[in-house]
Amino acid sequence: MTAQLTRKLMRTVFVDTMIESLATDSRVVLLTADISSWFFTAVRAEYPDRVINLGIREQAMIDIAGGLALTGHRPVVHTYAPFLVERPFEQLKIGLGHQDVGAVLVSVGASYDDPSWGRTHQSPGDVALFDTLPGWTVHVPGHEDEVEPLLRDAVSGDGRVYIRLSERANNEAVPGSDGFTVLRRGGAGVVIAVGPVLDQVLAATATADATVLYTATIRPFDHAGLRAAVGSARPNVVLVEPYLRGTSAYEVAEALGDVPHRLRSYGVRRDQETRVYGKAEDHDRLHGVDAASLTESITSFFR
Amino acid sequence: MQTTEETLQSLFGRMTGDEKHGWAAASTQSALWVLYDRVLNVSPANIDDPDRDRFYLSKGHGPMAYYAVLAAKGFIEPETLNTWREFGSPLGMHPDRTLAPGVEISSGSLGHGLALGVGTALGLRAQGRRSRVVVLMGDGEFDEGSNHEAMAIAGRLGLDRVTAVVIDNSSASHGWPGGIARRFTMEGWQATTVDGRDHDELYQALTLEPDGRPQAVVAEIRETTQGGAA
Repeated sequence: MTAQLTRKLMRTVFVDTMIESLATDSRVVLLTADISSWFFTAVRAEYPDRVINLGIREQAMIDIAGGLALTGHRPVVHTYAPFLVERPFEQLKIGLGHQDVGAVLVSVGASYDDPSWGRTHQSPGDVALFDTLPGWTVHVPGHEDEVEPLLRDAVSGDGRVYIRLSERANNEAVPGSDGFTVLRRGGAGVVIAVGPVLDQVLAATATADATVLYTATIRPFDHAGLRAAVGSARPNVVLVEPYLRGTSAYEVAEALGDVPHRLRSYGVRRDQETRVYGKAEDHDRLHGVDAASLTESITSFFR
Repeated sequence: MQTTEETLQSLFGRMTGDEKHGWAAASTQSALWVLYDRVLNVSPANIDDPDRDRFYLSKGHGPMAYYAVLAAKGFIEPETLNTWREFGSPLGMHPDRTLAPGVEISSGSLGHGLALGVGTALGLRAQGRRSRVVVLMGDGEFDEGSNHEAMAIAGRLGLDRVTAVVIDNSSASHGWPGGIARRFTMEGWQATTVDGRDHDELYQALTLEPDGRPQAVVAEIRETTQGGAA
């Protein structure tokens, strides 16, 4: 008999962990731009100087994080992904990077957690945008239990860290690791699953003779881990990411610069706006990252 | 060493090669000098002290007057000014806080300094400090929408250790009808408009007692001068 467990959302884990961090570390300052601010009402009363809701002012929020970091604080900045990364993009470049200070950015919404909200609330390009800026660590947890250790580690440091939360989660958490975790070994090729696409990757490779690598930390990219995996399989690499297709393709090319290899990338299509609503599962099919599409793609690529 | 107008002109001339006109034309020179000479508690001796006052040059264009003042106050060696804009120099067209001694923020892209200053003031407040944070902007820079997010939130949060000095040399293409001070007042700031070349007026405005509101000092550059604004 299987126990019926009530699962938490990743955002709930974020909220709980932040409330604890605010109590234990006086460096921590939490900034919100209305979204999710309602979860922090009680803790704001306790630490009014360190739990600050700025209203709908995302550009100011990122530069304010930079200003806080200049005084030695550890800003944690949270809102919906497009408004955390795309709208204040120059603030990320200048207010944090160019000032040479750090912050922890935690987003929700991902590429299309709820596609009925439309294009304005979808952020498939966020990780690609961070790739244009030096010094960012990018975590893409695939299960709510992966969130707390990543967040605690990020908050305790000084660097620039992006944590991309999603309402979509794998059935089981993978224990934390700095690089790729080998979940299966096979000879026909190597499939990389990043964060919450693991369930469909495992389903798609159930009968394939493939090595499956998993990570919740895609930047920095584990070049050595990929090289090792490719060293013990045919050099066919499949990259499955829950954001813009091929975002990590250049990292694969860097890792395998001297290894003849083939690469196919899957993720959110770059060639068009979908302009359809519906459910996330519908969009998985549209982008070819559902289990059935991946089964077909991976099987034909490895053949 | 007593720093005189002549010393500043000479320091300025190390960068521009035109010490007579360039320094006099620099729109920011009076505000910068009054701040560093008479207002701010910051010097090479306390630049790492968390209780020091902060000066953030948001309007990073034309930093020569800023570098000259930093040299006059001992943050930068005068000889370093001769290397301005050269490969390997700590001094560029836009200041970089990781390169130039005494420079508190890296700027150049307009509309970042005020929010950085607001963040710093929030950090200092959380630490129980009363240091001032003075941000120098331009009236053209005021066009950038990001300033208006920062201006509104500073007013709502009552950050009375923040001062925005707005150098108004009428360079905003579409102007600010009714004046810049009025925008700040509407957002809950205390705002004063002064002659941006009158040292005593600047000093008076920059040393008002805090009253729970952030403060704006609009420094009008009224006369037309030769050589353009720096």
